[in-house]
Formats: sequence, structure tokens, C-alpha cells
Amino acid sequence: MSLLEVQDLSVSLKTAHGLQDVIHHINFSMDAGETLGIVGESGCGKSIFALALMSLLPTDSQTKGKIILEGQDVLGLNSTQICSIRGNRIGMIFQEPMTALNPVQKIGAQIGESIRLHLKFSRKQTLERVTELMDKVGLPISRFPLNLYPHQLSGGQRQRVMIAMAIACNPTILIADEPTTALDVTVQEQILDLIRDLADSSGMALIMISHDLGVIAQTTQRVMVMYTGNIVEMGDTVDVFQNMCHPYTHGLFSAIPHVSASTDSKRKRLTSIPGQVPELHNRPAGCNFADRCPRASHKCRKNEPPATRVSDHHRVWCYHPLHQFESK
Amino acid sequence: MKQPLVKIQDLYKDYSLPKRYLFQKALVFRALHGINLELQKGENFGIVGESGCGKSTLARIVMALDEPTAGTVFFEGENIFKISAARLKHARHNFQMVFQDPYGSLNPRKNILKIVCEPLETLREKVSTAQRKERVGQILTEVGLNASDMDKFPHEFSGGQRQRIAIARALITRPSLIVADESVSALDVSVQAQVLNLMMDLQEKYNLTYMFISHDLSVVEYITDKVAVIYMGQIVEQGTTKSLFKTPLHPYTRTLLRAVPDVNPLNKKKKNKAIIPLFEKTDASCSFLDRCNRATAACVKNMPKLLENQGHLVACFNAG
Repeated sequence: MSLLEVQDLSVSLKTAHGLQDVIHHINFSMDAGETLGIVGESGCGKSIFALALMSLLPTDSQTKGKIILEGQDVLGLNSTQICSIRGNRIGMIFQEPMTALNPVQKIGAQIGESIRLHLKFSRKQTLERVTELMDKVGLPISRFPLNLYPHQLSGGQRQRVMIAMAIACNPTILIADEPTTALDVTVQEQILDLIRDLADSSGMALIMISHDLGVIAQTTQRVMVMYTGNIVEMGDTVDVFQNMCHPYTHGLFSAIPHVSASTDSKRKRLTSIPGQVPELHNRPAGCNFADRCPRASHKCRKNEPPATRVSDHHRVWCYHPLHQFESK
Repeated sequence: MKQPLVKIQDLYKDYSLPKRYLFQKALVFRALHGINLELQKGENFGIVGESGCGKSTLARIVMALDEPTAGTVFFEGENIFKISAARLKHARHNFQMVFQDPYGSLNPRKNILKIVCEPLETLREKVSTAQRKERVGQILTEVGLNASDMDKFPHEFSGGQRQRIAIARALITRPSLIVADESVSALDVSVQAQVLNLMMDLQEKYNLTYMFISHDLSVVEYITDKVAVIYMGQIVEQGTTKSLFKTPLHPYTRTLLRAVPDVNPLNKKKKNKAIIPLFEKTDASCSFLDRCNRATAACVKNMPKLLENQGHLVACFNAG
């Protein structure tokens, strides 16, 4: 049995234009210890998807389908039951360490909160566990006493506190939503190493959400490319990155200013994806990417493309993929 | 020799820190520490470094938005901190800035016409309303928007479009220098590519020079001709972009380049190892001492000077 199984998950949010579909029939499963990357532009539903997994969506949103975690459908639970899972079995690292931490609470108390709540530890046990966690994330309490406030720490250190909070109860899944976007490259490297090491050593499954393809390439085994709430391509990271089939994935890659592009004396123009992510109330029928796609045909504007098998684990949702292969 | 467009001479900037008690000696934070730079016309210059290294302070001083503690900036041979306020105002036509956050840098209560025209008004240019509209319309089409967009408000635009508006605002005074402080950092790669392409097109058309400040090394490598790496307010390495990215000499530049995650998942390159500092850092020692893997006794005593080494300027005793 897989650790996490998402079946036909759809999420709609209430907006000024009424209830709008943000996530469309997503299916996937994940085993313990696996690492999955999610890439896409902003507005593609990456973060909403993470929030759906954490059952943190606004109350006026609608969620359909199933999220089965360790054999239990999370969506069918009441709020007390969800509380016992959130932060306990699933941990989450948020994007902005500046805003995600409580500015008027000491870091020790913030890390200890979920331990006392979920594991029912005594004060003394909690203190021991927090000390251990601080060591693990590279903030030894000899130099970083637990009575510090978040504003006394740098961005990287705050993100380490966030990580300590997320892994406090030894979750089976850790979701990292753009954990390094706000950080410098050198600090980013350290934080990514830390997350990877923690996931490796404790056997946690990791969902890494990022718009930075480099981050995904270096931290994940599998990758899911999302566009307007749909999966457009999914497979092993190596496979997808080397043999990408969806025009959107290809577009994202060619937009990165490449080292090789600037080695000749004349600067080449960057290939960008024309246009922008369509707004929620304005999504076209058929393939949502058709309007920005160089390969789109009549068919694409009518019907949503079904999944096509590229190789054992690699699927693409496109009528005109970049590589030809036997369709099945 | 050609006169440089911008010449930054021995620039120092100190910020005073808040006092903890009344009679405490004033503490200062040295944001810039003896910066010397020359920007030639038509040559894009990149400034790279971690947050807090003084990149944005440098940009603010070049734009004459902040005064240096010591040293000065010459724009087309004119010392912008010695000239009269009226003359400076006139000189401001020639240098404009594009800011980082396209959401924060446009006033939500003004329409695009007013936003783009603001530099003209502030600089007291005498233009009639009709002329103004015509100029704004023309510039909006040039940055890839419609002339009819001038009646809209910022919230009606996406991040990439807002950054185009910010570029239009910078262009309206027909500047020769545009300082872009992390101008594409907040955008997705696909949109970032559109904006970078636009900036390159405009450069050709208007003969612009960009001073490009970014922490994103791939963008800097793409758009600039020369680059300076700043660490704690000092330039540690400077040279042509091509050679600096190909053969970084300063240990800090190497650290930065090595930290960029590779998009090829099979390419598990050498990573930066945690450094255990061998020497105690003093006020006189090299600012990078505690993070350097090549530190020797010489580095403790003196901060190395910026010297020529294999075609770049490097401030390191053990470069290479």
C-alpha cells in the first residue's frame, strides 16, 4: 500500500466570479521515503495543492476526490481528527520564514507546540526533544538559546526553525512549499542539503514545490509539472528533465538563461513562453495551454488531452508531444 | 580614453546603528567600503552578492537617492553630489531606476498614465496634456502593452506586465542609464525571459546602459558584459562576465557559482563544504576569512587589495 494516494482530487475556490476550479482531477500516489517535485509557474495551483494535502484550504472552498494517507481518507475526517494528523503525520515548511513564524513567541515555544499537542510530552521531555531538533537543523542551543524571538535570527536561521517545527513529530510526509525562494543561493544550498539529509535519514517522504528547476533537479526522484491545476507531465526526474515531452515543460526549460547561450560573443534572445497563465474565470476549453502552445491544433482547443505513456513511469498529457513514441 | 558613463570613486557609506544607552559611542555599520567602478556606455554592468552585502545601497547612491559618507559618483563627468539641486534634477533625466517588487513600486491609486508620467512631473518638464498622452501611449506600445492601457490601474495587470509599466516609467525621460535592482527576481522564468528580451530590445533602440543588480547568477551571466562581485561592502572580484564565470578566482565567487543548483539531475557537482574557520577574524583581516577554505596567516593581518590577476581584478592573497 502506498503512503499517500490522491484520487481524482479537485479543488474549487470561491472568487469574485463564483466558484472556480483551481485543481482538476489529480491522481497520483507516493511511497514512503520517496521524493516528489512539483513545478509550474505561479498561479498553477502548486500551493493550493499543498494546502489541500494539509487540509488548510479556506472553509468556503470545495474539495472533491480522495486523499488517502496511510489508509485513511483525510477528506472524510472531522476537524478534530484532522488536527491530530496535521503537523503530526504531515509536516509543512512554508515559503516565507519571515511571515510564517509568530513574531511574539519564542522559537523554543513554537517548535515545542506541536510536540506537546500531538505527542503529549511533558515539559521536560519537550525541552529535550526541542534541543535535539535544534541540533538536527544546525542551530545548537549553546549559540541559539530557545528564548530567542524570530526577528533575532537571519532568514536562513528562521527557515531552519521552520524545518525543526515541521519535523518535530517525525511526520511521514514533509511538504516544502518554495522553502528557499526568499534565500540567497549559498543559504539555499545549505537548507536544501539539510532537508534532503533529514528526509534520507528518517525515511520521510518529501514533496518539494518550487518554480526553480535546478532545485527540483537536485532534490527529487520524481517530478510533476503542473499547469492551471492539471498535471501536464509526470515521471522520474531524470527522465522528464532529459526527455521532456510536453511543450510547457520544454518552454519552462528554454526560458532559463543558459550558460551556453552566452558563451558565443553574440547574445541570443531567450525563448519565452508567449502570454501568461490564463485567469481562473477565463480558462479555455480543451487544453488550457493551447493558447500559448506552438504545437496546438484544432483538437487541443476542443478536448482535454488524455494521459499518454512515454515510458514506464513517465506520462504526458498532450496530443502533440515533443517526442514521438508508441502510443498506448 | 573614452569618458565613462558612470564613475564611482572610492565610495564609502556608513549607516549609524541605534544606541543601546544614551552615552554609548555611536556605532556604525559600514555598508560600502571603498568601491571603485567605471561603467562604459552601452556596456551592461552586473553587481552580484548575497543580501546585505551593499548591492542596493550602491544602487541608491548611483541614483543620488542617498548620499555617500565619503567618495563620489561622476555621471558623464559630472560629480552628482557637488552640483546644485536644480542641476541634479536636470541630470536625473539621464538615469532612472526599475525596482524589484512590481507590486510595491506602482501606486495602486494612480492610473498608468499618471504613473508613467510621474518622472516628467517631478522633473518639471513642460509638456502639454496631449503631448503627454502621446508620449505615454508610444512608450507603452514599445514595452509591449497597448496605448489604451493608460487608463487602467495597476491591479489590472500581472506581475510581468507591471514590470513593463515600471520600465516604461523609467524610459519616459529618455535616460542613458537604467539601474535595475533585482528587476526580474520576482517573476516566473517564462515571464522573466519576456522581460529580459524586452530590456535587450530597448537597449538596442535607445542605446541604454544597464546596471543590473541581482542575486540570480544565470540572469547576470546572460545580460551583462562586465560584473563585480561584492562581499560585505567590498568588491572582491571584477572582470568581464565571460571570464569571471568561466574562471572564477576569488573563493567567494567560486562558492556562489557552486551553490547554484544544476538543472541537469544527473550532474551531481561538487558541493560547498561547511568551513571550519582556522583563524580568528579581526577588524583588519579579510572580510571573507571565516568562510574561506584557502585562508592563510596573511589573510588574518590584512584585507587583500583588488589587484589584477589573469585579466580580472581580484582581492585575494590565494586567488586562482
